[in-house]
Amino acid sequence: MKPFENVKSIVTPLDMVNVDTDQIIPKQFLKLVQKSGFGKFLFFNWRYDENKNIKSDFILNDSKYSDSKILVAGDNFGCGSSREHAVWALDDYGFSVIISSSFADIFFSNCFKNGILPISLDSKIVEKLLKETNSVEVDLKNQIIKTSFDDIHFEINSHKKKILLDGLDDIAQTFQFEGEICQFEEKSTVPSVL
Amino acid sequence: MGKTLFEKIWESHVVVEKQNEPDLIYIDRHLVHEVTSPQAFDGLRMNNRKVRRPDLTIATMDHNVPTTDRSLPMLDQTSSIQIKTLENNCKDFGIKLFDIDSPNQGIVHVIGPQLGITLPGSTIVCGDSHTSTHGAFGALALGIGTSEVEHVLASQTLWLEKPKTFEVRVEGKRTNTHAVTAKDIILSIIKNIGTAGGTGTVIEYRGEGISDLSMDQRMTICNMSIEGGARAGLIAPDEKTFDYLRNREYTPKNYESLVDSWRDDLKTDSDATFDKQFILDINDITPQVSWGTNPGMTCDVDEPIPSPDEFSNGDPNQKKGAEKALEYMDLKPGTMIEDIKIDRVFIGSCTNARLEDLIEASKIIQGQKVASNVSAMVVPGSQMVKKQAEQMGLDKIFTDANFEWREAGCSMCLGMNPDILSPGERCASTSNRNFEGRQGNGGRTHLVSPVMAAAAAIHGHFVDVRKLDLN
Repeated sequence: MKPFENVKSIVTPLDMVNVDTDQIIPKQFLKLVQKSGFGKFLFFNWRYDENKNIKSDFILNDSKYSDSKILVAGDNFGCGSSREHAVWALDDYGFSVIISSSFADIFFSNCFKNGILPISLDSKIVEKLLKETNSVEVDLKNQIIKTSFDDIHFEINSHKKKILLDGLDDIAQTFQFEGEICQFEEKSTVPSVL
Repeated sequence: MGKTLFEKIWESHVVVEKQNEPDLIYIDRHLVHEVTSPQAFDGLRMNNRKVRRPDLTIATMDHNVPTTDRSLPMLDQTSSIQIKTLENNCKDFGIKLFDIDSPNQGIVHVIGPQLGITLPGSTIVCGDSHTSTHGAFGALALGIGTSEVEHVLASQTLWLEKPKTFEVRVEGKRTNTHAVTAKDIILSIIKNIGTAGGTGTVIEYRGEGISDLSMDQRMTICNMSIEGGARAGLIAPDEKTFDYLRNREYTPKNYESLVDSWRDDLKTDSDATFDKQFILDINDITPQVSWGTNPGMTCDVDEPIPSPDEFSNGDPNQKKGAEKALEYMDLKPGTMIEDIKIDRVFIGSCTNARLEDLIEASKIIQGQKVASNVSAMVVPGSQMVKKQAEQMGLDKIFTDANFEWREAGCSMCLGMNPDILSPGERCASTSNRNFEGRQGNGGRTHLVSPVMAAAAAIHGHFVDVRKLDLN
């Protein structure tokens, strides 16, 4: 995984609550067997009508935001299905920071596996960010979002921060505990399936 | 101080504990399906890694399998490739697969318990959010993403932050147990706590209203924990649980000695405390029908659809969400639920496609016909459920009423196979999600119980099943 670097861009304001992963990446695109190329399907049913024409009233179709790397959305972002394809789509489209007042658990966890930084902020600050038209800078090392109106501090678990900054491979880390895993297996009373 | 059931299971699975960091948790059972696994197996191959415990891993294909005649070739090439990919991966990595022709094939959350693979006190993961279903057996069952699937395949463990505990206590007795079902209890809970009410928590469902339920019904409850935002849902095992799992195909040989230890260990201590609590009284609970685009947007069958103001309680974002939902659903506030006409009926999914669901639904339709404006289908949760139902003659009851009787799979719950709604079609569905486009782009989903769905099929619109003679 590539290490997370500071991000500076305008924010894409997706002013909606309970954005579920079925909207982020509709089911017809879950049949692919690779991780790449999902960006073009991001928010597919909101970006395109039944005839695949662009819906001009959807925020991602506003060319102003085409280079944005930061998505800001309302409460409970990423709820519903566990599909990691949602994060692959956001990443491939170009977003590396998602800001919301709260995230669904599985989506939140999936972000860190793919170098995406989800930031949870007080809903009043999210409201302000939804209206921010200037470029903002997200500095993970110092846990600060620099905006035109304020420098906003954000919280992140130190372990998760390290994973993103170092771009660590989770599995390689876990293999360092091979001894502990073997020990656990020796005393486990749960039988095999087969 | 005493411990909750969740805390006991968690602590007995900690492999590595670190200060202010996630715990490394051992996983006892890993269930794999075709949609969220291909990239995980690719990751193993790229890094030259193997599956650590194939003997704790089982796979089946459920999400995009056709539910029509399986002797015919699959028309959808991309689905076909995904299914073939799972076959190859299971062969290459030595994983037991219940393939499309297996009598054990079915929705992964239906077959796990039916085969005796799901065990009380164990940790279970699957790359699917409805893994919470297995919590009905007192297992800690978590839905995970594909990267975590890869991690579990490689190491049989996961780094997890310990969730908070949430007690949902269901008190009282339902007055009409055929009309008011487990589905109505869980929809009512979600309506009250909200779709993010359980975020960061593991719910333990407790109380008389839960212990009264059968295992099939308990699975319906735990299945939808994720729709309340929870990481998992749990019900302490009791004699019903132990009876259910006895003598299944994969029930462990030392089952009775396991039961003895589970009986003593797997319960929340009387002096344990929870981080959060919600109490639902079900004495007066009614059948529930969702009207919006998330499962929290639900009301009683005898209520009108609320206005965005009534629904949102002054929260402007929720109000906006409700307005958008009503527009998508093409519904007006004040409309009575029973006046809503439907086009399609889907009885299926990991929420409500078990034998008991089909039995209850069949009682409603026996000797009747599906309304002329409605097309209706039953998709059993597994080939085992299908076979049992056929032995009881349920298939005949459904087909005589003009329901389609299909092969097992996820089907129209998420519409990855050809079973989808057309734009604008309105469906009474026993599934778990009414998100925009969930059952097909532009389709409109109302979540209901199997008996409510069956009654809607016959009448062409929703009816309050309490008015029907169900005994």
